[in-house]
Amino acid sequence: MEKRRIVQLFSALLNNAYIKGFATLSIYQGQGKAVCVPVLNCYSCPGALGSCPVGSAQFLLASYKHQVSLYIAGILTLAGASSGRLVCGWLCPFGLLQELLNKIPSPRWQLAPVLKWLKYLVLILTLLLPILWVNSAGLGSPYFCKYLCPAGTLEAGLPLGLGSGQLHPLLGALYYWKLALLILLVAASIMIFRPFCRIICPLGAFYALFNSISLWRLEINPARCVSCGICTNICPMEIQVTENPNHPECIRCMRCTQNCPFEAIAYTRINPAPIGLTGEIPEDLRT
Amino acid sequence: MKNRVSILIIIFGCLLTGAGLWRGEAGAVLLKGIRICLECIGIG
Repeated sequence: MEKRRIVQLFSALLNNAYIKGFATLSIYQGQGKAVCVPVLNCYSCPGALGSCPVGSAQFLLASYKHQVSLYIAGILTLAGASSGRLVCGWLCPFGLLQELLNKIPSPRWQLAPVLKWLKYLVLILTLLLPILWVNSAGLGSPYFCKYLCPAGTLEAGLPLGLGSGQLHPLLGALYYWKLALLILLVAASIMIFRPFCRIICPLGAFYALFNSISLWRLEINPARCVSCGICTNICPMEIQVTENPNHPECIRCMRCTQNCPFEAIAYTRINPAPIGLTGEIPEDLRT
Repeated sequence: MKNRVSILIIIFGCLLTGAGLWRGEAGAVLLKGIRICLECIGIG
């Protein structure tokens, strides 16, 4: 198993390690919920040990004070400026699920490039609607969680909605709307690599803003690159790697670095020259 | 140059996190997180 998959599995288990919650159909109520995890993982998942940043930020924005959370903004800025969308590629449990679904043999569809812009609109609406769309008491709602988030449906809606005797009678049109979205996303994930991350995820859109300036980023050594196109062909996010290795869509899965026959792509660190980027193509790699 | 920008943003992120903690926002996140989110389930 590749290293990234092990990290993804470990992260998914760590984020949802409250096993008792699954057994009793309750949620964790300890101090860990004060910590916002940098990934999309619903805090109402019976196993969740931390809080979802998107849900928490919307909750505070929707309150009567319409509070912008510096705490959540800080955590996400820290993660984004450190490594851009590395979090999406290595830590996000919902990203892992989509990748595993994409392993199912099926026809492959390419994503229309224009759809990738939709997630930025979702990000803006996720932040603005809880402030602008309020009831008579001045209270908003976490509209992304309420109408769109398939992670919430999967992690909280399915186990608690169907499993809990108290909640089951309350299920209505909204629940089935979200369930239909989840089913659509599961089907799409089989044919398209990470459709939610590329089209809808507001967290991915936020991290994408940092990809080109993050401390940890990819560089191409022009002395080694022969423009063979292997990196672009192998990129699951359909990026033109040689044009921009730090494209906002890059989730830093590192397939390009691992498959470049000339080791022309590598990641940067703070001061040293990029690893593997010194010098031209060695003799042993030329053949 | 890019590294300086990213380090400055990281410092800014740390300051934001610290300011949020100082304002007690972790408590607000905790209060939300320990209650079942009906919107997330698709009921609220």
